[in-house]
Amino acid sequence: MKNFEFEQELDIAWCPGCGNFNIRTSLIEALQELELEPEQVVISSGIGQAAKMPQYIDVNYFNGLHGRALPVAVAIKAANPDLTVIAEGGDGDMYGEGGNHFIHNIRRNPNIAHLVHNNMVYGLTKGQASPTSKKSMQTPVQTSGVANEPFNPLAVALSLGATFVARAFSGYPEQTKEIIKQAITHEGYALVDIFHPCVTFNKINNFKWYKNNCYQLSADYNRNDFNMAMEKALDVEHFALGVLYQKQGQPTFEQQLPVYQNNQQPIVHRKRDLDKVSELLSL
Amino acid sequence: MKESISIVLSGEAGQGLQTIEEFLVASIAKEYYVFSTKDVMSRIRGGNNTVQIRVASEKIYASKQTIDLLFLLNDDAFERLRTKVTKGTVIFGKKGSVKASMLEECEASFNELDVEELAKEYGKIYANTILYGFIAGIMQLNKDFCLQQIKEKFQNKSDKIVETNQKAFTVGFEKGQQYTDLFNIKSLVNPAPLKVLDGTNAVGIGALAGGCNFIASYPMSPGTGVLTFLAKKVKDFDVLVEQAEDEIAALNMVIGSWYTGARGLATTSGGGFALMVEAVSLSGMTETPCVVHIAQRPGPATGLPTRTEQADLNLAVYAGHGEFPRVVFAPGNLEDAVLLTQKAFYIADKYQVPVFILTDQYLLDSMGQMEGITLDETYLQDSIIETESGYKRYQLTENGISPRGIPGFGSGLVKVDSDEHDEAGQITESFEVRVQMNDKRLRKRAGLLESFAEAELIGNADYNTLIVGWGSTYGVLKEYVETNTDSGVAFLYVKQVYPLHEKLSTYFEQADNIIVVENNATGQLANLLKIELNVSVNHSILKYNGEPFFVDEVAQRLQEVL
Repeated sequence: MKNFEFEQELDIAWCPGCGNFNIRTSLIEALQELELEPEQVVISSGIGQAAKMPQYIDVNYFNGLHGRALPVAVAIKAANPDLTVIAEGGDGDMYGEGGNHFIHNIRRNPNIAHLVHNNMVYGLTKGQASPTSKKSMQTPVQTSGVANEPFNPLAVALSLGATFVARAFSGYPEQTKEIIKQAITHEGYALVDIFHPCVTFNKINNFKWYKNNCYQLSADYNRNDFNMAMEKALDVEHFALGVLYQKQGQPTFEQQLPVYQNNQQPIVHRKRDLDKVSELLSL
Repeated sequence: MKESISIVLSGEAGQGLQTIEEFLVASIAKEYYVFSTKDVMSRIRGGNNTVQIRVASEKIYASKQTIDLLFLLNDDAFERLRTKVTKGTVIFGKKGSVKASMLEECEASFNELDVEELAKEYGKIYANTILYGFIAGIMQLNKDFCLQQIKEKFQNKSDKIVETNQKAFTVGFEKGQQYTDLFNIKSLVNPAPLKVLDGTNAVGIGALAGGCNFIASYPMSPGTGVLTFLAKKVKDFDVLVEQAEDEIAALNMVIGSWYTGARGLATTSGGGFALMVEAVSLSGMTETPCVVHIAQRPGPATGLPTRTEQADLNLAVYAGHGEFPRVVFAPGNLEDAVLLTQKAFYIADKYQVPVFILTDQYLLDSMGQMEGITLDETYLQDSIIETESGYKRYQLTENGISPRGIPGFGSGLVKVDSDEHDEAGQITESFEVRVQMNDKRLRKRAGLLESFAEAELIGNADYNTLIVGWGSTYGVLKEYVETNTDSGVAFLYVKQVYPLHEKLSTYFEQADNIIVVENNATGQLANLLKIELNVSVNHSILKYNGEPFFVDEVAQRLQEVL
């Protein structure tokens, strides 16, 4: 089994007690249990506390710009489908700044796992509302309370045809790990919205709140039932944990690209032919 | 100005002007030198579009303002073209397509030609082919070649369509032969075989020659043509084409493709590039190469969407926050559109910097003839290394270039970060490392200047007046110095507009009079010459109404300051 842990001790920038620590452990264990090689895995992330994740895992990474992890991830996977690609970030990063990419990459169905740490607040910029913040939550900017309706990532993903939609809670690291493993092995776009507390800036949605407001999908839950998944996703009083929906056998973005129709070799490894280009200039 | 005849076809969008243009340019190119360009309105149907085809027995690379032969395909065209009509202009059109008072005022002559009427027995859609035949008849072009072209174009449709088009062509051709006295340009005895191409295809071919195998873009005129060109080459050249949800995604995708080892391109216009600016900065910081084709059109904002301007030089040179090296190429002719685009991919790869190809609507939409060129195989050589365990993506080096690995190739890990980082790609807030990394990135400038795309001096090397131009003003300025009787004038064509090499200074030192000609309102290259090389220009000749410079116009404006 390969080690995704660093040998030296890390200077981790998360607050003590932050939910990101548990998610990190879940992700590292998931990668190891899937027996992936660090050289074959790439994590693409944006900006925010969650997006620092690849810094703390010994793996290939592209830690780019706020909201832009998805376009980078999709391009990496398309240019070299042999790589295992994960896009990771927080709720502001993925649903706010990167909202347009979130929408359109669901439509593409790239074969990537999309892990979103959702703590319903902007932590790195000191506690402003995020797209998933509860209504009426008071912040230094939303001084009279959040007026906007919270964004529902699971319902949006389902409505756009996402082929894997799941929710996890960092307080249950074993389940989170299992869901991440399924997301990585799912053929197609896989969204995992991961609840976790922001111990510094979100005093409402704390560890206890998540424990009280989330419930487990039953053992006989049918993840292939779209209508049931939508019903669960739209319930914003009680939050279901587990894989809400999975549809297998849908063609992925890469599979549909003409460059891979008759040739599986990643484009980055193909030889280029200048003589053929010169022909375009002949009379 | 060289002796030439300018043929203008004017009609509405959707009337098939571009098909006639392609036919005519290809058949004219067999016997003459030719350059053609378009003036198109921003609408899908209707309006007033024109195609100008300029024919000469000497090489030409630009269009002229005045019209010799004008063909009106719809009634409301004339007013717009009025300023380009002289008393020597011969107009062909339906009866009444020009008001008698206007005709009298400009003293042009008018000949009745109703192609739709002539096409009646074949169907209205054959009017175009009749016009093609008519003009070919005036010029006495090789009829067999023209008929062959028609066959090639329509043979996928049906034999009947080919045959009817050929008949319609012949009707026009015979009628046109009555006017051969209107055309007095000598045809070439042994025409040199030249490739007929437009700027868009030249950039596209250059991209393929540079090993481009990934393009992500959001459509925006006039940059879209390159996306369309590569989309047609998907199968033959293994190009991965994706229409992104926006320009922001487009350039982030392109950067992601380079990180993985592909050679990616984004094509856009100034307005789209404005959205890509944050990703330009990302390329700078992560030292992930990228190539962007910026097809300029008049701005700001939506500006004049289908017209031309050279006003995004500042944007290209200063795009992105923070300080990092980049390269800006500005091809002015078809050969350079191919060669500099090819080179862009190599430079981006070698130095791990963003490289911009700055063209404009005029260069892209114009068709001309191109000399044979040799594509350089070395530009396809990747500078990617196989990594070893412990690989450091941002290793400090003397020339600023750290060996670049890609994920999955070798046993090392490729760690790239938009935060300031150490040699291993880990986030750092060390003041010392920050300075080391910033210096490392900026050290690449020296290498970029070593690879400087040389400027070209055209005209007498013993000049005292130096005209300076970049990009698509190449054609008019070259023609000016080639035909100018004052031998003390030369033209410096600057192809790499950033960074500028100090060896350019010697060109300026020799000149008593420096004139910069630019298709913008503020003299952006002139300003850059001052900043980069401390060169003060004596005159700036500027135009920014949405049209390119014309050869006759530029001559007149240069005379004013000479």
